[in-house]
Amino acid sequence: MYWNLKMPSPPPARYGGRHTVTLIPGDGIGPELLSHVRELFRFCCVPVDFEVVNVDSTMTSEDDINDAITAIRRNGVALKGNIETNHNLPPSFISRNNLLRTSLDLYANVMHCQSLPGVRTRHRNIDIIIIRENTEGEYSSLEHESVSGVVECLKIITRTNSLRIADYAFRLARERGRRRVTAVHKANIMSLGDGLFLQCCKEVAAGYQDIAFDAMIVDNTTMQLVSKPQQFDVMVMPNLYGNVVSNVCAGLVGGPGLVPGANYGTDYAVFECGTRNTGKSIADGNIANPTAMLLASCLLLDHLRLHAYATMIRRAVIATVTETRLHTADLGGQGSTSDVVQSIMKEIQSTGPLTQNI
Amino acid sequence: MAASSAVLSMSKIIKPIWGGRLATTAKVFGATVSSRREKSTVPPPAKYGGRHTVTLIPGDGIGPELLNHVRELFRFSCVPVDFEVVNVCSATEDDINNAITAIRRNGVALKGRRNTLTMSPPVSLSPSTTLDLYANVMHCKSLPGVQTRHNNIDIMIIRENTEGEYSSLEHESVSGVVECLKIITRTNSLRIAEYAFKLAREKGRKRVTAVHKANIMKLGDGLFLQCCREVAAGYPDIAFDAMIVDNTTMQLVSKPQQFDVMVMPNLYGNVVSNVCAGLVGGPGLVPGANYGRDYAVFETATRNTGKSIADRNIANPTAMLLASCMMLDHLKLHDYATMIRNAVLTTMNETQLHTADIGGQGTTSEVVQAIMRNIQSKGPLTSEL
Repeated sequence: MYWNLKMPSPPPARYGGRHTVTLIPGDGIGPELLSHVRELFRFCCVPVDFEVVNVDSTMTSEDDINDAITAIRRNGVALKGNIETNHNLPPSFISRNNLLRTSLDLYANVMHCQSLPGVRTRHRNIDIIIIRENTEGEYSSLEHESVSGVVECLKIITRTNSLRIADYAFRLARERGRRRVTAVHKANIMSLGDGLFLQCCKEVAAGYQDIAFDAMIVDNTTMQLVSKPQQFDVMVMPNLYGNVVSNVCAGLVGGPGLVPGANYGTDYAVFECGTRNTGKSIADGNIANPTAMLLASCLLLDHLRLHAYATMIRRAVIATVTETRLHTADLGGQGSTSDVVQSIMKEIQSTGPLTQNI
Repeated sequence: MAASSAVLSMSKIIKPIWGGRLATTAKVFGATVSSRREKSTVPPPAKYGGRHTVTLIPGDGIGPELLNHVRELFRFSCVPVDFEVVNVCSATEDDINNAITAIRRNGVALKGRRNTLTMSPPVSLSPSTTLDLYANVMHCKSLPGVQTRHNNIDIMIIRENTEGEYSSLEHESVSGVVECLKIITRTNSLRIAEYAFKLAREKGRKRVTAVHKANIMKLGDGLFLQCCREVAAGYPDIAFDAMIVDNTTMQLVSKPQQFDVMVMPNLYGNVVSNVCAGLVGGPGLVPGANYGRDYAVFETATRNTGKSIADRNIANPTAMLLASCMMLDHLKLHDYATMIRNAVLTTMNETQLHTADIGGQGTTSEVVQAIMRNIQSKGPLTSEL
């Protein structure tokens, strides 16, 4: 075994009692949502300082993203918006988001899709945790055109990473008291690649007798998800299937504006919106849904062991979402982003703890 | 079949002599031998004694029983089709080669699904790739009698069927590290895009959406997208746009009515077609067709073996019956196709005759009997029930 079992990590650094978190605004709706997060944190007197690092998506040099990576290495934690990938740049230009994830080895992407009571959706009682391998698979960015007009894309699956992500999944399932882990694969077609992934999951499952393990092919999984999503509990899968399945689940619980996502590595953690949308078309229109980003910031606070603040903000966000008239346009309402944030702040103020003036 | 093979053999003789003037010479023989990308005018399917022969591959699971119902129904409706049954029991290459030879001979096949989870020959030897059935077409349409969460869905999904992630080229260069190759070629991408736009035009569709992940797989899906754009330029009457696969699946579960025709590489096609099948009512309702230049194979769209419900008389026969109607359309037996399809759809709309997968309590044989009664009541001469 080449990786360490998770050692109990020391509590996050607090200089003068305050944490420093890297903030990467990104493009589209990222900057405005993250400024709302800072506004809310300042209002609630959360002991977190943000170190803002801008990554310019139009530049081809890697300096910007390297600065961001250095900042995250220094601080250990980050909150980010999605950085746009320009399609017109040459193929050697790797997506900045992908580069960040692979450089920091953020191997587990965790997304918790839960039906919220105030949001009207076609399916009810969904509670799925999706754990997606975040560094390899189809996202290896290894492509070449050996013969003109014929492109080969390499999908890499390794034993080490598959064991690692499976172990993460089972450990998380045990921590959260979950009963079942489902591995999603396409091993009937990609028998070596996904076969290796599946085998690793089975090996890890043998060490967790209290948690049931089963496997499902990705096409059947997506079909089951749209007809009976309540059957799923925890799901673990390689990178591309994780992308598709997490977007399907996000759509089922109400859309990209509601679900936060977290990327965990051995030493670092980066939080963002679950479905990683840039939201270019709705940028600066004050209509974006801040819920996903705010819940991501609550995940950040939980990671920093500031549980009281996390619970307080999360409770206020959920309470606001369940008051139906304060939905933003993506949920069918007419509220603006600032209306929702104001309402959350009022909710926090009314529950007692010392806050600044609104 | 005989006519086209005659033309081909003639063209093989002519080519060395006339070289580039192949097209003009071949026209003399009454058929147009096309350039690589143009659609050749296919002669009507062979009818020996007025009857077609179709290869039937029962497969595993629910395949055999559903295909029996298809044969029963065809016999009842006096459809001039004979089935040549080829069993692919064991997973050896011989059986599969026999099946492929039979399909080459007959040109058309109707098949159930083989169980591929056991150690099977690689996909590169499967009928789809050997016969170059490059287009998988699935038409997902909401049926009035089936209660689903979304209504008014009408999506055609065209999926590249031979390359992409299903190339079965994998190797373990270092122990514990597996590389799977996903192949995208310009030729096949242009071909599938051309097929998609031609089909959209034929069916009077307004928009084609290409589904890709070119922000990550820039060379591969980038090439696919570029090919689609090139082909789209030749069809100005049809709108073209592109959408990343994760956004597509999210949009599909919230607002599927926005999609019209979708074209995509192999793996995304697999996922998206299953999502759409789930949206319109499940795997028991949607038929699928695999078209190549010379052959066509029809099956249920989501390619399930249905092992757990095999031989229990509870499978939904609709998908397989609609697939057989598509086959009849392909054989230009449109009257029979329309008759059977109308009967199937009418039976579907009588709610108490749903099978278990769509919430009813009917058995497979009850549904088939109802379809046969429906056909009998419409008038044309049929066998005894």
